[in-house]
Amino acid sequence: MDEITSRLRDALKKIQPNIFDTLDKYQEIELHDVELEIDELELFLPQIVRPITSVIEEESKRRKPTELIQVSYAPPDVKYNAKITEVILGATKAEGGSRDRRLVIGGETSPPLQLNEASNPHPPVISLDVFDTKIPLAKPVKAHFSDVLEDPVSWAKLAVEKFNAEMVNLHLVSIDPMVKDTSPAEASKTVENILQAVKVPIAVGGCGDPHKDLQVFERIADVTKGERILFNSVTLDMDIRRMAESIKKNEHVVIAFTPMDMNKARELNRKLFEYLPPEQIVIDTTTAALGYGLDYAYTIMERTRLAGLMGDAELAQPMASGTTNAWAAREAWMKMPPEWGPSELRGPIWETVTALTLLLAGVDYFMMMHPAAVKTVKDVIKSVSGKREMIDRPYDWTRIIIGE
Amino acid sequence: MKKRVSPIDIHRLLPMTNCRECGEENCMAFAAKLVNREATLDQCPPIMQEKYKTSFNQLWEILKPPIKEVSIGSGEHVLKIGGKYVLYRHEFTYHNPTAIAIDVNDEMFEDQLLKRVKSIESLSYTYIGQSLRLDAVAVRSVSGDSKTFGKAVMKISSMTELPLILCSTEPDIMEAGLVSSSERRPLIYAATARNWKEMAELATMYNCPIVASAPEGLSQLRSLIKTLNDYGCENIILDPGTFPDDGVVQTVTRFSTLRLTACKYDDELFGYPIMGVPMTVWMEKDHHPDVLKWKEAYLASMLIVKYADLLIMHSLDGWVVLPNLILRQNIYTDPRKPVAVEPGVRMFGKPDENSPLLMTTNFALTYYTVAADIESFGLDCYLLVVDTEGLSVESAVAGRKLTADKIAEALGHSSMREKLKHNKMVIPGRAARLSGEVEEATGWKILVGPLDSSGIQKFIHEKWTQT
Ligand code: B12
Ligand code: SF4
Repeated sequence: MDEITSRLRDALKKIQPNIFDTLDKYQEIELHDVELEIDELELFLPQIVRPITSVIEEESKRRKPTELIQVSYAPPDVKYNAKITEVILGATKAEGGSRDRRLVIGGETSPPLQLNEASNPHPPVISLDVFDTKIPLAKPVKAHFSDVLEDPVSWAKLAVEKFNAEMVNLHLVSIDPMVKDTSPAEASKTVENILQAVKVPIAVGGCGDPHKDLQVFERIADVTKGERILFNSVTLDMDIRRMAESIKKNEHVVIAFTPMDMNKARELNRKLFEYLPPEQIVIDTTTAALGYGLDYAYTIMERTRLAGLMGDAELAQPMASGTTNAWAAREAWMKMPPEWGPSELRGPIWETVTALTLLLAGVDYFMMMHPAAVKTVKDVIKSVSGKREMIDRPYDWTRIIIGE
Repeated sequence: MKKRVSPIDIHRLLPMTNCRECGEENCMAFAAKLVNREATLDQCPPIMQEKYKTSFNQLWEILKPPIKEVSIGSGEHVLKIGGKYVLYRHEFTYHNPTAIAIDVNDEMFEDQLLKRVKSIESLSYTYIGQSLRLDAVAVRSVSGDSKTFGKAVMKISSMTELPLILCSTEPDIMEAGLVSSSERRPLIYAATARNWKEMAELATMYNCPIVASAPEGLSQLRSLIKTLNDYGCENIILDPGTFPDDGVVQTVTRFSTLRLTACKYDDELFGYPIMGVPMTVWMEKDHHPDVLKWKEAYLASMLIVKYADLLIMHSLDGWVVLPNLILRQNIYTDPRKPVAVEPGVRMFGKPDENSPLLMTTNFALTYYTVAADIESFGLDCYLLVVDTEGLSVESAVAGRKLTADKIAEALGHSSMREKLKHNKMVIPGRAARLSGEVEEATGWKILVGPLDSSGIQKFIHEKWTQT
């Protein structure tokens, strides 16, 4: 214990003999804090305190205004120290790939919609999920993709042509040794076919098995060099060096995925930074559905983004969200009593609300599924760059007549 | 910016007699509770005495939240709005969950009114053991006639105890409503740049909270707040305008700017609760009602996340309301500790010595999901709830909060060994990897159940008696 602290201890003991017993009981009060707070205690206490009774007297004596008192307001000028890294997804012919456009995410200098809605440079991107093999899907989702469930190429085309997907997010579920154990060669054929069929940037996801994913990703990365594919994902239990080197050498991008833990996210980034520049890394801190942990997902993402903006270089990366996880909530897909409406409405609104909540935490890249949810989130994102002047629409909603 | 308050700042101002009237061991312990907002000043009777007036006032200044708490209604049914301490959820718990009011209007027939009011009152969804409900009724004057409004408010007051919000921008209509509901302390919606003087007069006369509505912008809102303040209105709720469609983003930004200014810059004029009106989507007439409901649902959700303390909505459809009730619950939980239930053994139905014993964790979401499934199957069984510090099965296994030793300990503390003839227990599928160790630690036979508790019935049916 340093000198100041022990001096404080003595001083405190005089005030209150058993204070330290109590302090020990409340472990959250760290001695370090005590030191700080006591030092500045005098400064902190409000100097002028208005006793309550005199406030009331004062008020009643005051003359009531007869005109609207005009006071002006300028929003505070909040400056954050750092900027979130910009990451480019997809590459055009001129850039060494074959996409007809590239997308940029990141580059934020403030939290989303905090002061000036247009202060951040790049709107978030929504990609539509496509699976390489038939998987169980909730009915309301399946209804939109029923003809293409066993054909990822047609599925990708449908996503782009009918549902205006800005990106396609292919999940190679079938490579799972417990599913079909599809070989790296075969899996990369699927990716090549999709690159042929659609011209938007793509993302390629694995099955979650750290060894198999690595094998498959390496193969695909080699074959598609220069396309800036977003690989989903690299995790702490993978051979991080091999994965990172493959991404770097072939000019791709990767999602660093960690399960709901900022320290793990930092740790993974730290390891990746040894081999890979930040411009090739997106982070995913895990998405949980509305009602099933969205509170954790939201707060961890919000904190991650704030940390990044305040200068924590290990967290200053664009964020991705597996928003489709919203469908894990029972309220999204289950048959419920009629007063709660059909899952055809409940499901997509669940995905929409999950997405918009995370949009407000700072997510840059959404992986989504239901067309209505996708369209809604896109409309909201569009309005960021849309109308900016003062809204002067009529506002008296108290008198509107609603006939249903 | 305000510094975080430490218990020591508070302690210095307390009487320091350690009289224990507050129920705490001593003043320091009470100070720690005050800082964590687990106690309020009035729980220390001595500090309320005249001789401590200066200290009391200082404490009150230090402890008051940057966003004032405003109450609507009277008596038992008072609704507290605002009272927020922080901008970000992780800094401290958000207090007073966003209240959701549903509208009715003065042109509805009595039976329609009654039906709608009853629907508002009875809507309820049980989520992790809590009953999620709507909070208030907003009465709009569509007729534009003060007598009609007065009568409608009178009827509604007799139909429901829920707090009321009276909605009209005409002072004479508002007064008719206030006359019909004066003991209810309804919220007055709204004072505007045009009518503020009359409305402020009504608010002070009837001692009601009042909304300052300025959709024109934040400078105008600020002017209105200042004016109302100087007029003597203390309980104000802010309406910076809620705009659907391409106005959503600007709306959310205004809400955020208000809250940022109040919380991080100690701005008192903006230190009031904020209200949103997702029902403005209904001003658009050309769309199918389902489209408008959809818009209302997602607009409400964005405002719940970003700082609305009160919402007025029109749609009562379950699929519109449910995601918002759950979102509100999620956003307003204490981020410092998961919602947990008491560990121990629960009985379902009428279990006997041969009934199955199942095991789960004490995370509220996990426990209630499993309990609801067991109840819906009508299964007679015991459920051993293990203390995992409120973690779900998988997180607890991964974080070593659910281990064979913990399970053995929980089983040991229970009376299951004596009560049951068999020595068998079903553990969740997501805890499968613990099964061997649990068998060793307990000497019981462990059956690995399905991944999801919805499969429990089938599992028990097929596996329990055979083994
Ligand atoms: C929210 C969440 C968290 C929250 C905790 C929430 C909480 N209070 O539990 C936080 C952020 C704190 C968290 C922390 C961690 N988490 Co976590 N978390 C999640 C998440 C997103 C949701 C979990 C959840 O709430 N599920 C819902 C509940 C109801 O599910 P459940 O408890 O399993 O109950 C179901 C079944 O098990 C079954 N069931 C339950 N009881 C019973 C009983 C019987 C008899 C039967 C038959 C069935 C049954 O039915 C229930 C309903 O379906 C999941 C990912 C996901 N989407 O599932 C990851 C996840 C569970 N977490 C994971 C990890 C690794 C962790 C951490 C270790 C991370 C870390 N870096 O430290 C920590 C551990 C905690 C700690 N402090 O030590 C991993 C686990 C991986 C694994 N299999 O090993 C997951 C799967 C994420 C991932 N994909 O990597 N987590
Ligand atoms: S009641 Fe007040 S004076 Fe008495 S111990 Fe509690 S805080 Fe101290």
